[in-house]
Order: sequence, then structure tokens, then C-alpha cells
Amino acid sequence: MSSPHCLAHDHKDTVAVVVVERLKAGTDMLGVVTHDNSDFRVRAQQDIPIGHKVALKDIKAGETIWKYGQDIGKAIAPIKKGEHVHVHNVKTKRW
Amino acid sequence: MSIVADFTRVHRKLAAVKGRKIEAPPFKTPVARRPSNSKLDWFMGYRRENDRVGVRNHVLLLPLDDLSNAACEAVANNIKGTLAIPHAYGRLQFGEDLEVHFRTLIGTGANPNVAAVIVIGIEEGWTRRVVDGIAVTGKPVVGFGIETHGDISTIARASYVAKEYVQWASELTREKCPLSELWVSTKCGESDTTTGLSSCPTVGNMYDKLIPRGIHGVFGETSEITGAEHLCQARAATEEVGKRWFDMWKAYQDDVIEAHKTDDLSDSQPTKGNIAGGLTTIEEKALGNLEKIGRECKFIEILEPAQTPSKGPGLYYMDTSSAAAECVTLMAAGGFVVHTFPTGQGNVIGNPILPVIKISGNPKTVRTMPEHIDLDVSGILKRTLTIPEAGDELISMIVRTANGRLTAAEALGHREFSMTKLYRSA
Repeated sequence: MSSPHCLAHDHKDTVAVVVVERLKAGTDMLGVVTHDNSDFRVRAQQDIPIGHKVALKDIKAGETIWKYGQDIGKAIAPIKKGEHVHVHNVKTKRW
Repeated sequence: MSIVADFTRVHRKLAAVKGRKIEAPPFKTPVARRPSNSKLDWFMGYRRENDRVGVRNHVLLLPLDDLSNAACEAVANNIKGTLAIPHAYGRLQFGEDLEVHFRTLIGTGANPNVAAVIVIGIEEGWTRRVVDGIAVTGKPVVGFGIETHGDISTIARASYVAKEYVQWASELTREKCPLSELWVSTKCGESDTTTGLSSCPTVGNMYDKLIPRGIHGVFGETSEITGAEHLCQARAATEEVGKRWFDMWKAYQDDVIEAHKTDDLSDSQPTKGNIAGGLTTIEEKALGNLEKIGRECKFIEILEPAQTPSKGPGLYYMDTSSAAAECVTLMAAGGFVVHTFPTGQGNVIGNPILPVIKISGNPKTVRTMPEHIDLDVSGILKRTLTIPEAGDELISMIVRTANGRLTAAEALGHREFSMTKLYRSA
């Protein structure tokens, strides 16, 4: 298969990690779920740096973010599918 | 993923720095020899008096305290082939903090990567305590107190012994040892989302393969399990060990974080480097971190900071800070001889006695900081390299390192020796 633009760990995940440099808004990304190597597509709504996350669905403020099939925190602003997910719109539930 | 590829990157890097007016002459690429041992079931190490096997042969100048750094460094300057490891503490410590200090110094001297030790302290009482602790291993060790002698006489007396030790050590030879005699530690640093996808699972795959073959392993980083504590507890070998692990983790949350935090730890855990690399929360960081223990192995015991495992082969948990140099220093003091260090954004840490193997899956880091990376696993992100293949490459790199290959951190002179301090001195 061609190189993916982003990787998700688990089917339950609502975010995936961008694994290519200089990803531009509008790119029709190839995604892979590492758990079983299945693929999916998602269109980037913003430029997203390598290593940063992209939303795989529309997420409401307050909703739990899932990665590794686990709870990694909560949205503090609404996030649209394809948008950059990071400290500006997600916060830990711990401290 | 060939060894030659490492050098291709160096060439590319040299081409890149030319733009900054650093001229590099062309050089012919040497090709590393793979271990002849295709099954990787043995390595060439130094068997010590207590039957532990080391992979380095250091003669250490070990300061008891901050005041003795100068004398140790002077001796190391006099006698070539010795190594001084200065540090910041050792005066007026008490209680558990003092115990960690002694355990770290004694464990460092006792580590099988060390052939012989000279301890220098401001006075002879505590110096003797460290010497006696190291002497249990049977290796050559002697101590000097500075008081009533002064630095110059102490340096002279210690230099005579150091010369004898280093010449003796230089005649020790490596012998063939089964892979099961390796003690391999892990801790990651400057993590990002690529570590959880690639370099950490590479270490996990290595442990899944080598723990059943009888090596000792260790992981730690108590604050950094936060968010994955339920998964970590479930990886204890018994319910009782899991319960003690959870109590230890909870005590850190309550006694240290809750007692000392000013707002929250979001500016510290994840670090600024982690956040630049795309990690958003401590939970996300912890889940990536825990990938280092793979899928199969269970930890059999919990170690105090710098404590040596005593329950035989298997995976251990050590209660450490998540700060790289502090954690690796404690693991070295616990007796581990090779360290595996996944990094995303490019942590440059090394250790004076413990070779630190850097593994990165971040293609940008591998491109911009190639001199720091021993194993490039960025193919995992491109899906051209599987995690089991990367695990095999890491095992090969561990054996090469054990056989004597200098790690990037060793070649670059990284010798971070950082004592863990539990609270302020009296």
C-alpha cells in the first residue's frame, strides 16, 4: 500500500496522528488503523504538522477524546472532522 | 534498513550544513560488520568477580559529595582511561533521601560496566560506607577522605591507585556470554506521538522476545503512567504486586503532585517538547510510554529508586522520576548494563557508565539530528517496516552495543549523571 498520511491505533479512536511533513489543508488523507492495517480516508481542513492529531469525526465540547482505544482527555471546544486537535481544543482530565 | 543507510544520512547532513559555511571533506563510508552470531544468542562481555557481566570496562572516580568533584576530575585528568562522574549533592542529606543517595553511589560503583572504583569524599566516614557497599561485589575499590590531607595530597594518592587500576583493567578481556546475562533497561524522552506508534512498541517487542529468554528488564517513570495506571496495574505478575504498584503510584500523586503543584502540571507533563511534537495530554503520553513493555511480559517486582533486582530474571518496575537523566542514572545504579531510549523530538541524553541506545521513528528528527540516533524505525510510520522487524533490529543493536559498539551518546560524550533528590537537605 502507499504511505499513509495519518495513523490511528484503534477503531474506537476519534483522532489520528499525521505522519507526513508539510501536510496541507484540503489533502485527501489516506489513514491506516495500526491494529488491523485497515484503511480510511479523511480530508484535512487545516495544515497539520507531523506528529499532531486530526479529528476523525465531529466532536462536541466536553466529549471524551479516544486514542489507543483509551480516554486521553476531553474537548474544550467543538472540533470538526479533519481539524487539528491539540492543546487549543483538548485538555487532560487529570491535572 | 541497512547499516550503510546511517552513513547516507551523515552525508546528507554534511551537505545540509555546507549552506552554513561548514565545509566537510568527502569521506569514504566504512561499513559496520554485523555480529557474526546470526541467532544473537550470545555477546562478548566482561565477567566480574560477582559473576555479573558488564559491557563496558570503566575505572571510575566517584565523588561522595559535591565538594569532592574537583579532586575526582583532577585524578581523571592525570590518569588517562579513567572517568570522573561529578554530581551536585551529598551533604546534609538525611532519611530516605540520604538512602537514595547512598544506593545510587554504591549501585553505580557496583555496576558490572565498571571494573574498579576510587571514591573520594570530604571526610572518611561516609566515604567508607560507599567503599564498603561497592566492595561486596569483589571488585577493586578504595576510598580517600580529603579532610586533614587537602586536595593536592588526595589527588596524588588517588592518582597512584588510579594508574594501577586502569592498567589492570586494560588487561581484562571480553568473553562469550549468553544473551540471558544482559540486563536491559528502558525509559523514553522528548516523546511525541511517533514514539507511541513506533519506537516505544519497538522496545516492547524486544522485551516480549528477550524477557522469555531470561534477561532482566526494567521500566519506571511514575508520574508518566498517569492516564494508563489501570493498564499498568494489570501488567503486574500477581494481584499483590499490582496492588503495591497502585499504592506506590497513588502515593506519588497525593504526596508529591498534590502537595507541591501550583496550578496543574500541564506545563510540565507533557513537556513543551512533547507538546511541540503533538502530544496533548498526560493520558496520551502515558499510553504511548507504556507501549515500551510490549504485549506479553508482566512485571514481577517493584524496585525502590536505584535498587538492584533480586528476584531473578524478568521485568521489573522501578519507582523513578520521568526526567531522563535522573531515571537513567537510577537504572544504571540498579545494575542495568544496556539502555534502550525511544525518542520522538530528539532527547540527546547519555550516561557515564550505561550505553544509551537511541531509537526514533520520527522522520524529521532522524533527518535533522541523525548523529544522535542509533536506530531509525521511521519505516513503521510509512508502513514499510513492521514492529516485529524493528524489534529484531533493536535486538541486533543491543548485541552490537554489548559487544562494544559505542552508542551515539557515548561517541558524542553525553555523560549525564543526575542524582535523584527527594527533598531539600538539612
